[in-house]
Amino acid sequence: MKSNRIVITVVGKDKVGIIAGVANVLAKYNANIVDISQTIMQEFFTMIMIVDISKCTVDFSTLKQLLDQCAQELQVKITAQHEDVFHYMHRI
Amino acid sequence: MPVTFGADEILETIRMIEAEHLDIRTITLGISLNDCSGSDADAIIKKIYSKIIKYGENLVPVAEEIERDYGIPIINKRVSVTPLSFIAALKDEEEYIKCAHAMDRAAKEIGVDFIGGFSALVHKGFTKQDRLLINAIPAALSGTERVCSSVNVASTKAGINMDAVYLMGQKIKETARLTADRESIGCAKLVVFCNAPEDNPFMAGAFHGVGEPEAAVNVGVSGPGVVLKAIEQHPDADLGTIAEVVKKTAFKVTRMGELVGRAASERLKVPFGIVDLSLAPTPAVGDSVASILEAMGLERCGGPGTTAALAMLNDAVKKGGAMASSYVGGLSGAFIPVSEDAGMVEAVETGSLSLEKLEAMTSVCSVGLDMVALPGDISAETIAAVIADEAAIGMINNKTTAVRVIPVEGKKAGDRVEFGGLLGSAVIMDYKKIDASKFVVRGGRIPAPIQALNN
Repeated sequence: MKSNRIVITVVGKDKVGIIAGVANVLAKYNANIVDISQTIMQEFFTMIMIVDISKCTVDFSTLKQLLDQCAQELQVKITAQHEDVFHYMHRI
Repeated sequence: MPVTFGADEILETIRMIEAEHLDIRTITLGISLNDCSGSDADAIIKKIYSKIIKYGENLVPVAEEIERDYGIPIINKRVSVTPLSFIAALKDEEEYIKCAHAMDRAAKEIGVDFIGGFSALVHKGFTKQDRLLINAIPAALSGTERVCSSVNVASTKAGINMDAVYLMGQKIKETARLTADRESIGCAKLVVFCNAPEDNPFMAGAFHGVGEPEAAVNVGVSGPGVVLKAIEQHPDADLGTIAEVVKKTAFKVTRMGELVGRAASERLKVPFGIVDLSLAPTPAVGDSVASILEAMGLERCGGPGTTAALAMLNDAVKKGGAMASSYVGGLSGAFIPVSEDAGMVEAVETGSLSLEKLEAMTSVCSVGLDMVALPGDISAETIAAVIADEAAIGMINNKTTAVRVIPVEGKKAGDRVEFGGLLGSAVIMDYKKIDASKFVVRGGRIPAPIQALNN
């Protein structure tokens, strides 16, 4: 992987503290949020983050596990994928 | 750094994976066994085992790493090797069976689900080795778990080797008998080809062709569910528009194959071979090629209009996919493996899809009569005649066709059989009980067709 940016998406029922919860995990392990957008779609909270993990203190698979834990606590669904997936699919 | 994706694009990708069954069907590592050749069985077994382990040991960990990084499921990890009849000049069938067991052990050791290459290419005639290997197929497939076998019996340039066709009819029956206690499942690992491709990543027909490099990564994608959802969003569009929708969707699906193929090639330090532009269904509801045809406006797959709808689908998949990948190969087209496609199974069950219609469909799509369960009482001669028909379609139309039929011992038309997992379940298809044995037992070779006057 040439770039070290991942895309994190969070979808779930809206409640207090979703952004804080996810951002906390990222901050704790030095993953830098480059961009964030959030909206409510049909009652569902939808957040998309672009995150730079080049200085992250844990590897990607550990970070994914930590985000999974966070998703369980917040009762939302979190996916984390390398940004190349979106580059390949949507850009020529 | 500017953000380059819209939220809708990101969510579209995630929806394809989570809700519409988008996945990478297989990463298949092709490994040449050219340097393992010889005539001493024990030496060959030792060499092929250690070579498969050497090249293949990182395949599964790398595939899992890619799955994790990109969040896209990779369903199967497989290995294909040089057709065994090319490299092993063994003295009897027993020795070929031993080689199959060695391949099976190696596949198990590295954790791949299938290994292809217990194969022979006999479209013009048999070598001594070809004949021994083919005779060993039933025992090799019934005694191993992961070994797949394929035999090329015809080609556009050579014609159809009818002796081989008849022999394969007999071997399919024998394999069915030897695995009778498991719904004749051995036949699901045996493919008879016309114009077999050398870089096909899909099982059971994968082998590493003679023109291939030392090793190569080939990828097969899947995405009927994604295409189905895209078509459903255009209930009243004309067919030109539908073709356009399929093209765009196929492009996106194939891009995932390209990404995964390149990543696997880089991490395994093995050249990237090809992406197979496939539309491979799974038994999961909504991941069906039959459902796509029905979404286009057919009441049921198998009825009038099916061949035309499938032809358009197949062509649009290729057009979209060809643009998405730098190297395209393998079988490339919509697959219609009956037992692996819930919509096809339903069409058989309701009587709308017959063997004859299926045969017509295979003339416009990849790849042939695939995973078709037949009654156990069908004769070797009738199976051979079905193979000959299918090979003729491939030979004349300059395309790959294949036959993977399962004459399930003890079952009759209309019975249901469970093969399990991705192989799905099937309803036994009926066949026309009209005798072709005199034609089949004549043997010999059907000459290669003329190519210029092509009507």
